[in-house]
Amino acid sequence: MDSTAIIFYFIATVMIVFSVLAVTSRRILRAAVYLLFALAGTAALYFMIDYYFLAAVQLIVYAGGIVVLIIFSVLLTSHINEKLDKPAWSKIIYTSLTLAAGLVLTLYTIYDHSFVTETSSPANVTVNLIGERMLSYGEGGYVLPFEVISILLLAAMVGAIVIAKRTPPKS
Amino acid sequence: MINHVPLEHILLVTTLMFFIGAYGFLTRRNLVTMLIGVELMLNSVNINFVVFDQYLFPGKIEGHFFSLFIIAIAAAEAAVAIAIFINLYRNIRSIDVEEVDKMKY
Repeated sequence: MDSTAIIFYFIATVMIVFSVLAVTSRRILRAAVYLLFALAGTAALYFMIDYYFLAAVQLIVYAGGIVVLIIFSVLLTSHINEKLDKPAWSKIIYTSLTLAAGLVLTLYTIYDHSFVTETSSPANVTVNLIGERMLSYGEGGYVLPFEVISILLLAAMVGAIVIAKRTPPKS
Repeated sequence: MINHVPLEHILLVTTLMFFIGAYGFLTRRNLVTMLIGVELMLNSVNINFVVFDQYLFPGKIEGHFFSLFIIAIAAAEAAVAIAIFINLYRNIRSIDVEEVDKMKY
């Protein structure tokens, strides 16, 4: 086991531990901060696989955007010291059993299937290459999803403002 | 990282993360914490795309683009969801799923 593997297992442990804490912590603000650590661990994983652009996007959009949004909504909708109720034991048990069945099935499928791993040295993913692929309309180009996403983001932005706007009192 | 860590170990981590997110989504009753569960699930799927891309089809960066688009959609989804939570809180003073049985207004 060399240093890369050790770093990977460390990051994996951090991600799993903080994910568990994020869904079980009874204080909402702490859950949001644990989510931040899990997402930062994911960004570290992307850095390890040499996807620097994706790692930066992950840090900016997830860690910088979504977590801050969640923290703001926590501050607007609940008290800092408020503790969530513990879910009922029956709910925990039934959910755990169902998800354990799904987990076992998924892991069985993964370990049963033999993946043909390409060991050739991976291409260097530069921002230049990403930009060209993103805007090309030929083979392997992504200009249509790019434009659709831009419209979706605009619609989401306008929709969020309209929904969250304070409605004037009806006279 | 290629050749150092087997693909199955990364898939094990993402599978665990996905089901942890699903657990949070199903057991929580506060809407914001349910959203946290959804974000965990989306994130684990993202890692899957990137890892398959890098291990099975190196050089073709399709998984990279899928992850980028999923991140964009997750951001849009979080923005709209949180706008809805704030509006709900303003109307019924609660964001507990059990009490959100009238979304019409």
